[in-house]
Amino acid sequence: MQEILDQLFVLLKAWLVGFFPLPWQPLVSILISVAALILVFALLFAVATILERKGLGRIQNRYGPNRVGPCGFFQPIADGLKMLIKEDIVPSGADRVVHFLAPIALVAPVLLAFSVLPYGRNMAPIDLDAGIVVFFAVGAGTELAVFMAGWSSRNKYSLLGAMRAIAQMISYEVPLILSSVTVIMIVGSLRPIQIVEAQAGYQGWLPAWHVFTPWGLAGFLLFAIAATAESNRSPFDMPEGESEIVAGYFVEYSGFKFALFFMGEYFGMFAISGLAITLFLGGWHAPLPFLEKSIPSYVWFFVKLFGFIAMFIWLRGTLPRLRVDQLMNFAWKFVLPMTLLNILAAGLWRFLPAGATRWLVCLVILLGAFLALGRSMVARRKWSPRKYRFAE
Amino acid sequence: MDPVFAFLALLTTAGAVAAVSLRNLVHCALCLVVAFAGLAALYLQLNAQFIGFAQILVYVGAVAILIVFAILLTRGSEPGNQPILSSSWQAGLGVAVLVLGALGVAVASSFVRYYPVSPAPQPTVRELGEQLMTNYVLPLEVIGLLLTAAMIGAVIIAMHEKQGPR
Amino acid sequence: MLGEGIIKGMTETARNFFGSYIDSDRLVTVQYPEQRLPLKENTRNFPFLVHDGDDPEKGLRCVACKICEKECPPQCIFIVLERDEKGKPQKHPKVFDLDISVCMSCQICVEVCPFDAIKMDTEFELSHDDRFRGLLLDKKQLAKPNHYYHKIHPVEAAEVDERLAAEKAKAEAKAKAAAAPKPAAGPAAATAGKPAAPRQPVPA
Repeated sequence: MQEILDQLFVLLKAWLVGFFPLPWQPLVSILISVAALILVFALLFAVATILERKGLGRIQNRYGPNRVGPCGFFQPIADGLKMLIKEDIVPSGADRVVHFLAPIALVAPVLLAFSVLPYGRNMAPIDLDAGIVVFFAVGAGTELAVFMAGWSSRNKYSLLGAMRAIAQMISYEVPLILSSVTVIMIVGSLRPIQIVEAQAGYQGWLPAWHVFTPWGLAGFLLFAIAATAESNRSPFDMPEGESEIVAGYFVEYSGFKFALFFMGEYFGMFAISGLAITLFLGGWHAPLPFLEKSIPSYVWFFVKLFGFIAMFIWLRGTLPRLRVDQLMNFAWKFVLPMTLLNILAAGLWRFLPAGATRWLVCLVILLGAFLALGRSMVARRKWSPRKYRFAE
Repeated sequence: MDPVFAFLALLTTAGAVAAVSLRNLVHCALCLVVAFAGLAALYLQLNAQFIGFAQILVYVGAVAILIVFAILLTRGSEPGNQPILSSSWQAGLGVAVLVLGALGVAVASSFVRYYPVSPAPQPTVRELGEQLMTNYVLPLEVIGLLLTAAMIGAVIIAMHEKQGPR
Repeated sequence: MLGEGIIKGMTETARNFFGSYIDSDRLVTVQYPEQRLPLKENTRNFPFLVHDGDDPEKGLRCVACKICEKECPPQCIFIVLERDEKGKPQKHPKVFDLDISVCMSCQICVEVCPFDAIKMDTEFELSHDDRFRGLLLDKKQLAKPNHYYHKIHPVEAAEVDERLAAEKAKAEAKAKAAAAPKPAAGPAAATAGKPAAPRQPVPA
C-alpha cells in the first residue's frame, strides 16, 4: 500500500501513457510531465503569493489579505483575474519585439530547470547526466531576459534595474556554482538523482544529508545566500528596489506580461530551492528513519520546499535592502573566499579518515575563515568628508 | 536530413546572418545569442550534454552579457548612418566563396572519407573530467594560467586611477 | 560577529509573527466596513442643508439668498429662487444643487451663510457609479434635520442653536416693541414671522 502511494504518480503516468500507440508514447510521456510540472508549480506560485502576503502581514502586525474566500485564501485567483483583464501597455518608444519576447525568455528557461529535479523516488522528469549544469545554464538565460526587458522598455529606471540585476546575478553566480561544487566533488557526479541517492541512509537517527557535515553546512548557507541573490529576493532585491527605481527592469510591463515576470521570479525561487534541497537537504529523503517508509517521498520534497519558501518570506520580512557596494563587497570579499575555502574543506573531508579528526579540521578551517572574514565585514569604517573623484 | 538538425542549423545560420546584418547593435547581440543557443542545441542533439550546457552557460550567460555591456557602455543605442554592406562587399563575397570551395575540395579529396564512420562515443561527464585531469591536464593548466593573467591585467587596468584622492 | 544582527532581527520578526496570532492587541488594523473609528469632532467633508422640524421641504433654513453661490471658490453651488405665480420671491430655494466632484471642502459657504443654513457633513462614503449625475446632489439629498447636525457636531450645533434662539428672542422682542405703538403693523409682522417660525428672519 505504502509502495503504491509512494509511486502513485509514476504509476498514474504509466497508466495514462499506456492508452497511446507505442510510437507516440515518448512524446505523450513528456507532455504529461510538462503539464504536471506547469500545473503544480503554477499552483505553488499562487499559494506562495498568498502565504507571502499573509506572512509579511503578520510579521508587521497586520492581517494581510483576508477578504476573498476563507481567510483570504482565494486572493491569488482575484489577483490572477485582475492581471488577465488589465490593459497591456507597450511604451511608444519601446522596442516592441524585444519587449514582447523578454517575459517569455524569462519564464521558459526557468520552467526548463524544473525538468531535471528529482521530486520523489523515480520522479525525475528527465534524467540528465549533466543535470546540475542545466541550472546554471538556465540562470544565464534569465540574465539575458532581464537585460532584454530593461533595455527594450526605453526607460532609465528599467535600464538601471537591468544593469543592477545583471551585475548582481553575475557576481552571485560564481559563489552559487562554487558552493555546489563541493557536493559534486564528494558525490562525484552531476546527476541530480545520483546526488540524492548519495544522501540515503541514516547514521543513528541523523540522516546522511550533506548539510550535516561541516562543509555541507557551510556550503548550504553560502548556497542559500547566493540563491537569494540569484532569485532577486529581498534583501538582495536591488534590481527591483521599489523605493529607488520603481520596479526595476519591469517598470514598463503591465497586465499579463507583468504577471509573467512575477511568476518567473517565483519559479526561479522554487527552482533554486529545489536545487538546494537536492544538493544539501537529501532531496526526497525523510528526515527520520521511521518516516521514510510511511510517508511518500514526494511529500518530503514539497515539505522542504515549503520550508524554503517560509525562510525566504521570513528573510524578506526582516532584512532591509542592501546597497550596491555592500552587495558587491559581500559577494567578492566574503562569500567567494568562503566558498573557495569550503572546497578545500570538502577535499580534506574526502581524503581524511572518517572520525573526529576530519570534523575538527574542517570546523577549524571554516570557523576560522568565518570569524576572520566576518571581522573585516563588520569592522567599523572611519568616516571622513567625502571626496569626489570626477567632479572637480 | 534529420528535421531537428535542419531546423537547428537553419536557426543558427539565421541568427548568425541577422547578427551581422541588423542595424541596431543590441538586436545584433541578441541575434548572436540565438546563434549561440542554436549551437548549444546542436551539441545537445549530438548527445554532448556537458558541452551543450556549458556553451549556454559561457556564451549566453557570460559572453553575450559582456558584448551587450560593451555596446551599452561605449556608444548610444542609435543605429549609425553608414550602409550595412561595405563598398567592397563583392570582393569579400568572392574570397568567401573561394575559401568555401577550397575547404570543400580539401574535404572531398581527403582520405578521411574512406574510413567507415566510427560509432559515436557516449562520453559521460565523469569521463570528460577524468580526461581533463589526466591526459589534458597541461592544456587545462595553461589555459587557467592564461585566464588568470588576463584577469590580473584587467584588474590593473581598472585600478589605474588609484593616484587620485581615496 | 557577522550574522549576529541578522539572528537578532529574525527573532524579533518571529516574535511579531507568532505574537500577532496570540495577542490580538498587536493587530492595529481597523477592519473598516465592519469596524469604524469614531469620527473626530471637527471632521468635515461636503456641505449639507440643515432643516428644522421633520419636513425637509418646509423646514429648510435656506432662504436662497445666493451668498454661498457667489462666494464658493470652485463654484459648485447652483441655486434658483422659488417664486409664486405672480413672480414674487418666496425666500426658499426651488433648486439647490451641489456638485461634490467640484467641491473642495473649504467651508467658505458655511462661514458666509447668515442663516446657519448650510453646514459641513461628515459622510464620506459617497462613491457612485455615475460620475456626473451621481455626484451632483440636489436639495432633497442635501437636506438633513437639525438633530443629525447635533449628532455629528454636538458642540458646534449647540452653539448655533443658542445663537439662533437668542436672535429669535431679540427679534420677537423687537417685533413686540414695534407692535406696541403701532397696532396696525402687528398682524403683518405676525404673518411674516409665522410660516418662518423656526426660520430666521432677515436681520436688519
